[in-house]
Amino acid sequence: MRRGPTLRRRIAAGAAALAVLALLAACRGASDQSALEAAGPQAGRVERLWWFSFWTATAVYVLTVAALAWAAWRARRREREGGAQPLEDDRGMTRGVVAGVAATLAVLVVFFFYDLAVGSALSGPPTRAPLTIEVTGHQWWWEVTYADTSPHGRFTTANEIHVPVGQPVLLRLASRDVIHSIWVPNLAGKKDLTPGYTQTIWFQADTPGVYRGQCAEFCGHQHAKMGLLVIAEPPAQFAAWAKHSQQPAPEPGDSVTRRGQEVFLTGSCALCHAIEGTRAQSRAGPSLTGIGSRRTLGAGTLPNTRGNLAGWIVDPQRIKPGTHMPPNALAPADLDALLTYLESLK
Amino acid sequence: MTTSVLTTAPLPPDHARDAEEVAQLERTWRARRGLWGWLTTVDHKSIAIRYVATCMVFFLLAGANAALMRLQLARPENTFIGPDRYNQLFTVHGTGMMFLFAVPVMTAMALYLVPLMVGTRDLAYPRLNAFGYWVFLIGGVFLFVSLYLNMGPDTGWFSYVPLAGPEYAPGKRVDVWAQVVTFTEIAALVAAVEIIATVLKLRAPGMSLNRIPLYVWSVLVIAFMILFAMPTVAIASTLMLAMDRLVATHFFNRAEGGDPLLWQHLFWFFGHPEVYIMFIPGLGFVSAIIETFTGRRIFGYPVMVLSLFVTGFVAFGLWVHHMFAGPLPQLGQSFFTAASVFITIPTGTQIFCWIATIWSGRPRYTTAMLFALGFIVVFVIGGVTGVMLASVPFDLQVHDSYFVVAHFHYVILGGVVFPLFGAFYFWFPKMAGRMLSERLGKWHFWLLFIGTNVTFFPMHLLGLDGMPRRVYTYLPERGWGELNLLATVGSWFIAASVVVFLVNVLKSARGGAVAGANPWGAPSLEWATTSPPPSWNFTHTPVVESRSPLWEAGPAMPVATGLRTDRREFLVTTALDAIPDSRHEVPDESIWPLIMALAIGVTFIGAVFTPWAYVAGFTLASVAFGGWAFPRWSKAPPPPGRLDSSSPAREGA
Amino acid sequence: MTRQRPHAGITLALAAGALALTLAACQREERRFREAAPGATPSGSVRLSVLQPGERRPTARHVASGYDENSYALQEGQRLFNWYNCSGCHANGGGGMGPPLIDDEWIYGSAPENIYETIVEGRPNGMPSWGGKIPSYQIWQIAAYVRYLGGLTPAIANPSRSDHMMYQPGSTALPRPVPTEPKQSFRPPAGEMP
Repeated sequence: MRRGPTLRRRIAAGAAALAVLALLAACRGASDQSALEAAGPQAGRVERLWWFSFWTATAVYVLTVAALAWAAWRARRREREGGAQPLEDDRGMTRGVVAGVAATLAVLVVFFFYDLAVGSALSGPPTRAPLTIEVTGHQWWWEVTYADTSPHGRFTTANEIHVPVGQPVLLRLASRDVIHSIWVPNLAGKKDLTPGYTQTIWFQADTPGVYRGQCAEFCGHQHAKMGLLVIAEPPAQFAAWAKHSQQPAPEPGDSVTRRGQEVFLTGSCALCHAIEGTRAQSRAGPSLTGIGSRRTLGAGTLPNTRGNLAGWIVDPQRIKPGTHMPPNALAPADLDALLTYLESLK
Repeated sequence: MTTSVLTTAPLPPDHARDAEEVAQLERTWRARRGLWGWLTTVDHKSIAIRYVATCMVFFLLAGANAALMRLQLARPENTFIGPDRYNQLFTVHGTGMMFLFAVPVMTAMALYLVPLMVGTRDLAYPRLNAFGYWVFLIGGVFLFVSLYLNMGPDTGWFSYVPLAGPEYAPGKRVDVWAQVVTFTEIAALVAAVEIIATVLKLRAPGMSLNRIPLYVWSVLVIAFMILFAMPTVAIASTLMLAMDRLVATHFFNRAEGGDPLLWQHLFWFFGHPEVYIMFIPGLGFVSAIIETFTGRRIFGYPVMVLSLFVTGFVAFGLWVHHMFAGPLPQLGQSFFTAASVFITIPTGTQIFCWIATIWSGRPRYTTAMLFALGFIVVFVIGGVTGVMLASVPFDLQVHDSYFVVAHFHYVILGGVVFPLFGAFYFWFPKMAGRMLSERLGKWHFWLLFIGTNVTFFPMHLLGLDGMPRRVYTYLPERGWGELNLLATVGSWFIAASVVVFLVNVLKSARGGAVAGANPWGAPSLEWATTSPPPSWNFTHTPVVESRSPLWEAGPAMPVATGLRTDRREFLVTTALDAIPDSRHEVPDESIWPLIMALAIGVTFIGAVFTPWAYVAGFTLASVAFGGWAFPRWSKAPPPPGRLDSSSPAREGA
Repeated sequence: MTRQRPHAGITLALAAGALALTLAACQREERRFREAAPGATPSGSVRLSVLQPGERRPTARHVASGYDENSYALQEGQRLFNWYNCSGCHANGGGGMGPPLIDDEWIYGSAPENIYETIVEGRPNGMPSWGGKIPSYQIWQIAAYVRYLGGLTPAIANPSRSDHMMYQPGSTALPRPVPTEPKQSFRPPAGEMP
């Protein structure tokens, strides 16, 4: 049975494609983790490069498929008009192929140089000294350290990076175990955290907001749930937050909170977690100084609420199977006190 | 020099006319019966069909993995499959598809088609060919059995260290991966050697280089690519990674002077050419199909051949584009951007030449032709996203996200699977003597076409919206649920298309319409013999006088007689102009390739568990090699040109 | 074309062999994330000597913890050995302030339950008591790793070297275990007598 592509079928196929595209446009992901919702110059330049590439690529594709369809239609027509033999090579076809190749080459050259320009614009931070933050990747959480000129000023938090709006931020990336990759699509492309290397990435947030990122290099069981937040706030707010974070944790005020601190220090928590200002100084797990004011638990896995925190402490393996934190069977009163204590660490 | 007689033979072959010669050839080339015959055969066609079938089994198994993965990802926070099992599934999906399906099925088709297309009786080294298949089978079975034993590798198909290193990958899973890679490398290297030797030295008289079919050029290019690319990953996996894990060497241990980045370089130096090794034979398939079904030679033959070589060559200069997020200097990265962008030129040239061929030809839209056209429509989408990914800033946004997953599935499905299915519909009549159903074929094509697009197009958007690769689940607040569900539904279309294809093959293998020698009216030499071909391929050696011999031949084609029929031999010709040069004895059936493959199997499977396996395996391999190469005394052959009726002489090696 | 099929018998034999391997590999490669630990052995029932005053009481012998043959457990034990700073006193098996663990001298016994009790209860001359601090199943994992250091775990499940500066040896770097019963001595190393 010989049937070539008919005009009606081609229209139907085109309509179906448009419908699919419309559907896709409607089913978008959340805007706080998207490369198409740029909130800074890095991501912005890449987004413009993307749209340029997208429309160019679409044009190239449509032209190519149209050329194919036209060739098929012309051959059909010639056959129906009684052309017995196939045409031999002729100058026309050579010219056509050469034109196609030349056009492709031209498009590629334009794209290549545009890309080089974008690349060099993104390469180094602007001349102003950027804020430098050290990020160390662990299986499956992010250790974030703000260095300062004085040792007192240095503080460590986990899974959240606060940055001032409108200022360049330089991240120094290292890994404690396997290769991770930090990717906050609203702000910048990704960079690997390779053990044994220190890489840097810079970005700038121009709009205040909370941007979510995720690890983007397969790193083991809970690679899927190794998220982080970048919180961009006005410079004054950021300075206040940094100043507050340099302080050690507040001492417990009442008996329940005191009991909670005691549970923390004498149980298994202090073996892995540090709280500045107490004798818990282990670096094995994320620092819990300031956990009361963090937005998420488990590296972006759960919102930080009392109930979620209780569930996480009692059985983290149910939420992130394979994570390195063991379950903790605590007496209800102890758990209650511990939660109160942790919530007090703002 | 041999004396041959130039004469003509009828097309299609007339066995009644040549009955006596055919009977003698039958006696000489007859395969043995029963299990022993099945294990010892060296007939390239039996081995290749077995090889293709095995690859399709692995395709189904790896595809089943993908179906399970898509079910898990259909909803956020789904609990169908846990992280440990999911990691094994996606690793074995990738490893199985890349190492056990995509490359081997292309080499297997080449092992079937190349001797027929160049007009000779068998591949250059028939026993080596058998060995290559057995090694491949052992490796593939080892991988999937390991998966079902909970020992399947779980660190991704490219197995980055340190995650796959001794500290972070407990157990034997990654060791299994490292050794499976070796089996497939050996099989691929064997196929490469076979193709190069056959194409360069065994072509039919008159088939000078400028008359070689485009498909044969494509597999010659990948054979050379295999020679340069495969050893890298074999060394990196079997030697360096396995040794790091088993005997505490420090190749990738930064603390002791090694480097995890070394693994990435070694792997991707292989890994990028690997995807072109899969893709370039697809280009060859498309050329053969379009040529036949437009009724004219492909436009621009020299440019087509040059494009194949340029693609193959430049493919070795792209590998760092997989590592743009790593600790590499920016200037170096720009070179790889340039290479990655401009490698589209040769492939684009080929597409324009095909369009020109269709424009000036008389197209017939059989299923094979639909797949060839579908290749263009699907592959170009993957091609343009590939150019986007060549850009460092853009790649840094979408690297290791679902955008990349969408890209490579488009290029693999479009560039490998579509041409492969087209090739199946095209050459199944030759292999089995029966036609596949065109009606089921159209269903197959449309289901696959729709399934491919519905499954993978949404993934572009998922990647741009922040969804990373290799995640076993995702949070509901991300908003990725609808597109993932759509992709899962699309995967059911793909599965359905494969089912339709299997039904088609099973029904047609016995009950399809009987195919003659040349049901499609194709121009190349494999259609000059019966369907399926006899063990000796061609009763008379074809003589080639043009690029499309069967179209110029008319009712009879020129042949050369003079090869002996009382012993197995083929004609060796010169490399450039295919002038007959000498004749060469073809070895007959042997069990030693299987024993050698088993020795290799013992070595590398045992090496997962103990280094002593190398000692045991080396010993066994030496014994097997001795048996394989053991010289056998032969009688002096009678002068050429006279048929000797006594028992055939056998020579060693 | 002719096709020969392999005999059914050979297929069956291969399948049976494969099935036999099934049970072995499943256990070794199992990643058990949330453990129901064998439970703390009832205290008092782990004895270091067959001599006991009073009437004979039941003795727990070689609790089958299942960790010795599980690769993931041994690897976790290796990680935890570092995290909980066992290497602070025992180095990576070579000993320092604490006795070496890669030799064949076991002061308090080499069976898994002995090592478990040692870690849980603490011992004279400086071994802290970790009961209540380290979860029970992690102590079993560490105990399995300690047995690996002493060469008492099956080779097929053994972990390998570590990938960082605090070098934990792979099995090829450990001294060969002596194929006799490990010695059990009640005498701590000289210089550390009470």
